[in-house]
Amino acid sequence: MSTAVDKSKVPWWVSNLIVPLVNLTLALLVSALFIFIAGENPYQAIKLIIYGSFGYLEGFAYTLYYTTNFIFTGLAFAVAFHCRLFNIGGEGQAYIGGLGVFLVAINVSFLPVPIIWLLSIAGAFIFGAAWAFIPAYLQAKRGSHVVITTIMFNFIASSLMVYLLVDVIRDMKQMGPHTVALPKEMWLPSFKDFAALFGIKIRYSPLNLSFLLAIVASFFVWFLVWKTKWGYEMRAVGHNTQAAIYAGISPYKNIIIAMLISGGLAGLLSINEILGVHHKIVSGFPAGYGFTGIAVALMGRNHPIGIFPAAFLFGILYQGGSEVTFDMPNITRYMFVAVQGVIILFSGALENLFRPQIESFFVNRLNKEVEA
Amino acid sequence: MEFLSDIASLTNSTLRISTPLVFAAMAGIFAERSGVIDFSLEGKMLMAAFVAAVGSYYFGNPWIGLLMAIVSCVSLSMLHGFASVTHKGDQVVSCVAINILIIGLTTALAAAWFGQAGLTPTLTNDQRFLEITLPFADALREIPIIGFIYSDILSGHYIFVYLAYLSVPIVYWVVFKTSFGLRVRAVGENPSAVDTAGINVFTMRYKALAINGVLIAFAGAHLSTAVNANFFREMSAGRGYLALAAMIFGKWHPKTALIACLLFGFTDALQIRLQGVELPTIGTIPVQLIQAIPYVLTVVLLAGFVGKAVAPSAIGQPYIKER
Repeated sequence: MSTAVDKSKVPWWVSNLIVPLVNLTLALLVSALFIFIAGENPYQAIKLIIYGSFGYLEGFAYTLYYTTNFIFTGLAFAVAFHCRLFNIGGEGQAYIGGLGVFLVAINVSFLPVPIIWLLSIAGAFIFGAAWAFIPAYLQAKRGSHVVITTIMFNFIASSLMVYLLVDVIRDMKQMGPHTVALPKEMWLPSFKDFAALFGIKIRYSPLNLSFLLAIVASFFVWFLVWKTKWGYEMRAVGHNTQAAIYAGISPYKNIIIAMLISGGLAGLLSINEILGVHHKIVSGFPAGYGFTGIAVALMGRNHPIGIFPAAFLFGILYQGGSEVTFDMPNITRYMFVAVQGVIILFSGALENLFRPQIESFFVNRLNKEVEA
Repeated sequence: MEFLSDIASLTNSTLRISTPLVFAAMAGIFAERSGVIDFSLEGKMLMAAFVAAVGSYYFGNPWIGLLMAIVSCVSLSMLHGFASVTHKGDQVVSCVAINILIIGLTTALAAAWFGQAGLTPTLTNDQRFLEITLPFADALREIPIIGFIYSDILSGHYIFVYLAYLSVPIVYWVVFKTSFGLRVRAVGENPSAVDTAGINVFTMRYKALAINGVLIAFAGAHLSTAVNANFFREMSAGRGYLALAAMIFGKWHPKTALIACLLFGFTDALQIRLQGVELPTIGTIPVQLIQAIPYVLTVVLLAGFVGKAVAPSAIGQPYIKER
């Protein structure tokens, strides 16, 4: 055991930058080992990741497209986590959110387009939040652990959506389990459309206006959690429920609101996927982004300022990773799911592995400077 | 006679489907009774399924596969302990990390070693566990009732099925009737009192986690080397979480957890049976909705409509020794 250090003497950049970077480096070293075990060269894989995510304009646009998804799901996990709730149901909430986007958009198609977008955003948020409500209620009132209930709701959402896509809202003229496409004027403008406005011709990429919505959502979460009375109450419940009760704060109300906002943010993922990219509900469109949000939030220390770079890093891993899967036959996208697990392990569960050593190292050095 | 064979087939599938749940619930009881949350049952089960299938394939012997699965699951349990007992990391985060890591790693390695589909090669009969016909099963079949129960229901299961139901009284005995079990329960309820009595809280939790690893390995091996003859992507399909729900519903007690596991097994057996069957007044229920029944049941059971579950009081809290 190392000696404990006075926490107030630890500079902010040591605990918020150096320690996470050391943890990330460890996680990437372990991931390199996995790539080696799978029979490929980790150094080549890193070169491909960098090229795939930064090497050309469309690649970079893809990176930002993935970043958009991870900002939404990362924020979703973070909001609930401030209330000490583990909402790992982002996947299901995003899926049902997609249903909200589609149903709203298809039913209000007579309205002007920007209003359709706003209503669709509301639809995504409300449907996602609604899917989080039952787990939230059961956690608040019956103490049923949200980890199990939200996971179960992921399975249920998946069954429900496959049923709807096969039997109810399927495009009956097509074989595949997906709906009809939304009218073209409802599609969110893509990065390619923006570039065309300035006379620049680029190839297709899925990056679209949702990226800005993700930035707005980040500000929204920051304001809500740190600048409002409700955010304070919610964090108080998460930090010490008993103390919060003595202070007259209702844990039930805060647990439910935190989960609703969390579910709503996860639902916004479907704005990017449905209004921005697919323009219809396709089976399984959340594609694991909900789970990646957990890693993003934990790496970003559950703060929007941290979540943005963490989401960007995962964007690099996803986009660069797909480049790797093209070139390296032994690597599939599941390798990058494993990488997420390792990152959650090192930046979440094992975050205190080297923290005492690193903090005491810097505190001692600063003390010496003061003495000198 | 058709009615009897229906009962036999439903009972048999219930026993078979419940088996991994029973192992997992017993594993969960050890971890959680000692004060360590274990949501990673799911990941460990998947790991065991993968390792058992690969081990049996390479060494041509399912027992070696099982042994390797045990080693891998105990290692994962130790990793969970290292993060959450030694380094006092968040136990739920540690479990989520293990689950995501294993979903990715097993599928990625299966694809790297055996091709893009992510399946391990199909095991031959020598490489897997087969159904065991109990002695005299054929001779006794003609005896009314007893013969039916013995030959058609009790006989003809995989070894894991027998082991699973055997593990329940053993776990009960260890947890509630031995001094070791008393200590496990004590570190889960009041670790500082146990520490005062001179027992090492950390060692006890590691021991409980080791047993947890051994038990959950059987669940995984059952999936990939007995019921199925290979490993496929995410083949545990939420069973680890179902078992956890059964354990909570069973109030962290082997006997009641067993009943909950059987209830899950029965619902699952029933939903398989109901697929495509025309029901009076309702008609045919879409298969996707029927498949969701066990998951809905989990939520209903967890909602505690049948009584509130009380967890061991020190659960989820890392033990910090006072100086």
